[in-house]
Amino acid sequence: MTENGTFEGTHPIANFYQDQGKHRGILAWILSTDHKRIGLLYLLLVLLFFSVAVFFGFLMRLKLMAPGFPLMKPQMYNAIFTLHGIIQIFLVVIPAIPAIFGNFFLPLQIGARDVAFPRLNLLSWWLYISGAIIVFLSLFTGGGPVDTGWTFYAPYSLRTMVNVPLAVFGVFILGLSSILTGINFVTTTHRLRAPGMHWFRLPLFVWGIYSTAWVQILATPVIGITLLLIMLERYLGIGVFDPAKGGDPILYQHLFWIYSHPAVYIMILPAMGVISEVIPVFSRKRIYGYKAIAFSSMAIASVGSLVWGHHMFVSGQSDLASLIFSLLTFLVAVPSAIKVFNWVATLYKGSIELKPPLLFALTFIFLFSIGGLTGLFQGALAVNMHLHDTYWIVGHFHYIIFGGMGFGFLAGLHYWFPKMFGRTYDCKKAVWAWVILFIGFNLLYFPMLILGWEGMPRRYYDYPPQFHTLHLLATIGSWILIAGLIWIFLNLFQGLRKGKEAGGNPWGGTTLEWQTPSPPPMENFERIPVVEKGPYEF
Amino acid sequence: MGTHQDDTGSKIGMWLFLLSEILLFGGLFILYSSYRYKNPIDFHLAAWELNRVLGTLNTLILITSSLTMALSIFFIQKGNRKLSALLLFVTLFLGGLFLGVKSVEWTAKIGHDLYPNSPRLLGRSGGEILFYGLYYSMTGLHGLHVLVGLLVLSVMLVLILKGKINENRFVPLENTGLYWHLVDMIWIFLFPLFYLIT
Amino acid sequence: MEGIFGESVLKDRDERFHKVTYQTYLFVWLGLLVLTGITVSLAGRDWGFLSIGMVLGIAAIKSGLVLSYFMHLKYETGLLFQLMIPIVLAALTLFIGLTFTDIAFR
Repeated sequence: MTENGTFEGTHPIANFYQDQGKHRGILAWILSTDHKRIGLLYLLLVLLFFSVAVFFGFLMRLKLMAPGFPLMKPQMYNAIFTLHGIIQIFLVVIPAIPAIFGNFFLPLQIGARDVAFPRLNLLSWWLYISGAIIVFLSLFTGGGPVDTGWTFYAPYSLRTMVNVPLAVFGVFILGLSSILTGINFVTTTHRLRAPGMHWFRLPLFVWGIYSTAWVQILATPVIGITLLLIMLERYLGIGVFDPAKGGDPILYQHLFWIYSHPAVYIMILPAMGVISEVIPVFSRKRIYGYKAIAFSSMAIASVGSLVWGHHMFVSGQSDLASLIFSLLTFLVAVPSAIKVFNWVATLYKGSIELKPPLLFALTFIFLFSIGGLTGLFQGALAVNMHLHDTYWIVGHFHYIIFGGMGFGFLAGLHYWFPKMFGRTYDCKKAVWAWVILFIGFNLLYFPMLILGWEGMPRRYYDYPPQFHTLHLLATIGSWILIAGLIWIFLNLFQGLRKGKEAGGNPWGGTTLEWQTPSPPPMENFERIPVVEKGPYEF
Repeated sequence: MGTHQDDTGSKIGMWLFLLSEILLFGGLFILYSSYRYKNPIDFHLAAWELNRVLGTLNTLILITSSLTMALSIFFIQKGNRKLSALLLFVTLFLGGLFLGVKSVEWTAKIGHDLYPNSPRLLGRSGGEILFYGLYYSMTGLHGLHVLVGLLVLSVMLVLILKGKINENRFVPLENTGLYWHLVDMIWIFLFPLFYLIT
Repeated sequence: MEGIFGESVLKDRDERFHKVTYQTYLFVWLGLLVLTGITVSLAGRDWGFLSIGMVLGIAAIKSGLVLSYFMHLKYETGLLFQLMIPIVLAALTLFIGLTFTDIAFR
């Protein structure tokens, strides 16, 4: 991101890469309060952490290539799946779309010069990197890397000798960063909309980010206090989660999932927002059912916050609770399905241009539907007894998180890349890379669904020979998937260095960010635009 | 961004932060209500041991500090900087007093061997251990918030004395006030939960 | 930006100047003291769940006073300010309520 000079002379106005602030060199980035620079800072770190976590995933799959494969010791394996989870969830997936694209495009899409609190925004990034450093420090200090799984379940997390306190403290700091980002986005959406940009003229990505921000504000503190209590338990022994002292470990699970289930919606809602941007642009049609999509975002955010107990069907919680949570779980499927229907209806009779962003968006719909439908299986109480803590679950949530959020992210990256960097990438190569990624993805995760159905438990270090074929397929899938990922990012990187100039609006988008030059100038708009029509009028 | 300031925007931001604070304590309230429901008698016995006089005193102190805080904002808006600073100082003093009383209480309890993991407490029933676990973590977290509040109040006092907060620009003081009142409000709930319901 | 928000902010301020006097604050403070007195004097009477209800009810009234007068919620305009507290209360109630479907029926 350092080639400040690359874009010189492209546009009459200096873009935000060229703008000379108070600071020079790297300080011009890490002390910048510009929402676009902060967005790119997040992008850099998220990609870095993503590659670390993918590497851990690769090791895990390698270990499981054959029964008894002696790649690592069990303790090491436990640490690796834990780290894979902690990094992917807290450092990659939760911040990815809100912190990168939300920061970069929320102000642009509503016609503002920046977010409401630019300095707070920078603080969020600093908290993010500090939390990340603390998490990584926890690997080398105390009793070594955490082996609890990313869920830190009590009482094991209270007893294990590894460095749990530092790791949960790191996650606490990351949560704080997430809350502050949420506060910033809600305030920005309320206060900084351009004249004429009333609520139902907001691009649907903004609706996605806005409802996510509410979840970030209201759910994150609950995990914050839960993790603090884990620290207090470890240091002082207050006893609130310790069965030996009358505490109830199942209450830990309640508190943990009160945040961590909505966290799934922190991941998926912004991705759904991206899809709602991409589909109308590449089918040259107004989005079908704008209000239904906008309200379903809010509905998912609110009902989705009330389904956490479906993670606990076999924990020993009451039957009544399981019954209610199962019902609520089925309810969330309704607004999610509404979105899918609306996207498909938008495509219907559109003049579809199958460019990479749309390809990724369509893949999102396909894979997310598989993830969602497999989720309904688990939501049914009786079936859940069989599937709980098996590879079925692992397959399911990778279809949701990677197939949904991950592909949504890639759709957004391919859609907004020209705007962010002022250059285009090779569309053909992007499509080929997609083919490889898609094959690898399904080869990796679909066998997991079958494995789980056949009874392979998750998080196990080894397995009996009858599961060999499916595990081997998944491992081969992981290699193909990684090859696809590498190709995708190589292609984008090449575009960044040698790509053709994109011009202001290469895709013919109608939302406000496409009315600025690419890359946008420092304060986005020379004059704040006056909005007179909806976001998708082609 | 220049000199423009959006007062309503800042206040919205502050309120949203307070909402997340409410849910931070909310997690503890979930635990409290669950454990009280499961261990009514133990909670009853343990609550008798808390010093109700000191608890009531602290409630009065914090409520009064909220009054002086509100009045301090009122008078800065009217342009009476001196009175505002004085009232803010009183708020600071009362906040400090609250922490003083709190520490007297904690010291006495710890002196009686009632603290997490103490041999005496471990000899008691699970419900009482939980009561004290929650008592220390909830009043502790609240005390921490009071402490942070005191730091911010001190900064505000300096800013008023320097004239940086005045009748034309007082949103930082208002936001500090919002925070201080929230801390008061949380105590309004903690007080009956620990000292009164027996 | 200045043009859109500048005036409305000034209007808000003027309205608040007119509505609140320092006597209001004193009355609220007195009210809080009286309620504290009531709640302390009620404590220790064993009315079962009723006494928990009373004590929490009084705490709710007290916090309502703090919210509306000290924190000026009564004088703020806009949907967001009106909905914030109900949203948080609803969230917290549902969190506790749904947890109790487990705790109370296990």
